[in-house]
Amino acid sequence: MTELTYLRYEVLRTWRNRRFLIFSLVFPLILFLAIAGPNKHVTFDHVPFPLYYMTGMIAWGTMVAVISSGARIAAERNAGWTRQLRITPLPTWSYFSAKIVCGYMMALLSMAVLFAAGTSEGVRLDTVQWFVMIGLLLVGLIPFAVMGIMFGHLLKVDSLGPAIGGVTSLFALLGGSYGPLIRSGFLLSVVKFLPSYWLVQASKTSLRGGAWPLEAWLVIVVWTLVLSFVAVRVYERDTKRV
Amino acid sequence: MSSTSQELHDNIVAHDLTKSFGAVRAVRGLDLSLQRGSTVALLGPNGAGKTTTIDMLIGLTKPDAGTVSLFGRTPSEAVKAGMIGAMTQTGQLIDYLTVHELVTMMAAIYPAPLDVEEALRISGADEFADRQTRKLSGGETQRVRFAIALVADAELLVLDEPTVALDVEGRRDFWSAMRAFTARGKTVVFATHYLEEADAYADRIVLMSRGRIVADGAPTEIKATVGGRIIRATLPDVELLALHALPGVTMVDRKGDAITLNCSNSDVTLRELLSTYPTVRDIEVRGAGLEEAFLELTVDDEAP
Repeated sequence: MTELTYLRYEVLRTWRNRRFLIFSLVFPLILFLAIAGPNKHVTFDHVPFPLYYMTGMIAWGTMVAVISSGARIAAERNAGWTRQLRITPLPTWSYFSAKIVCGYMMALLSMAVLFAAGTSEGVRLDTVQWFVMIGLLLVGLIPFAVMGIMFGHLLKVDSLGPAIGGVTSLFALLGGSYGPLIRSGFLLSVVKFLPSYWLVQASKTSLRGGAWPLEAWLVIVVWTLVLSFVAVRVYERDTKRV
Repeated sequence: MSSTSQELHDNIVAHDLTKSFGAVRAVRGLDLSLQRGSTVALLGPNGAGKTTTIDMLIGLTKPDAGTVSLFGRTPSEAVKAGMIGAMTQTGQLIDYLTVHELVTMMAAIYPAPLDVEEALRISGADEFADRQTRKLSGGETQRVRFAIALVADAELLVLDEPTVALDVEGRRDFWSAMRAFTARGKTVVFATHYLEEADAYADRIVLMSRGRIVADGAPTEIKATVGGRIIRATLPDVELLALHALPGVTMVDRKGDAITLNCSNSDVTLRELLSTYPTVRDIEVRGAGLEEAFLELTVDDEAP
């Protein structure tokens, strides 16, 4: 139970950091309202445009949420705080999982706001479809949550902002968050190796009433494993140096 | 070194601890046994190896060689059991929390923490408990870090130069808080480069220089060794032996007409010097300083 108290304060800290909200929530919301609003009745890539764009913006905002949360470790390392924690009984895993929980919490908030905005722009899904979509999004975010922790041990505080901004924008862009740039051919098969592509596809998948194809699950699992491996290595390197 | 298991269980034992950073041999074969319930000062100039020793004791730094046993456990076992509360030399606090919230958060990590209000009160952080951590001064931050070390209510409290950021008053408050804590029978190890602090608050002083222990004993003993002053003066034609016979003199040196007296009690020496040798002139008295005392103590040591 004691670790729940620890977690509670981590959540409180995340909530109070308003900068966090702007990038994971306000920006995607503004972009959604500006672009989906005027194109309410368009059908796009076999789905209603507002639904496509809502999922795209959710993919972008939630990626920012889970990556930023883990990446805050960089600031805490810089402040000597992780060193302080290493002489407490708090297991490293609990420290990391608190960061992941906070990232997911912000991600859920970002989702809720965009669902509301989407509904107001005419997005209609039945209950099962909502749940399938939410479930796929939560699973698809796992590699990005791990990436955040990796960044937390890899980056300096100064480079955090640009790195997170750049990486998330690139994943969002290639994954089709802002609109499907790549719709066929060889490049599409390359883009399908990105977890962000499958995040954006979550809405289409749920509309068809099914889950992801096998290749989507493989992409998520492989990215998670590879990023976890790197994260553990950079964590070990970081703690040995002290 | 043969320790019975009972001794191991009761004490903090470091055996042959060694650590180098590149070409710098920070700690060189340190042997140390500290009794449970004692307050021990690691005293030495910058670069003596105090911080490295402390970091190895609490498991933050892995020794190149040697072992540490904290009440019969390895440092990482002791950390996991919540037996260590520590205030490292540097470190900031995390933000977006008030002081009270931060200390509560840290208390939650320990199996049997001190009451949060009490930790705040002892450390003096209760005066600004509701303030955001990023709005604290250096001295206030230091008090919160002390509260965090205290709230663990750990068997061993380790403080690495805890008063470095504090002014004179802050220092006095800190140590009176410390006294209140040690009265509870906990073991305290602190590093300092102030002889006065070590003398006033430790039952035992371990003097370190260049990665080794150069003296180890009760404060009175250590003070007699390193706490002296140096008198320099011009005094021609005097026997070294006669100078050595002056009260309070521990060491004598002469270069031409210039004499140097190391004194344990310079006031007495000076009075006697002036009355015995009225021709003495150019008198200069100054604190010997730890650095000089250390040089003296390690003069027989081989080169680093």
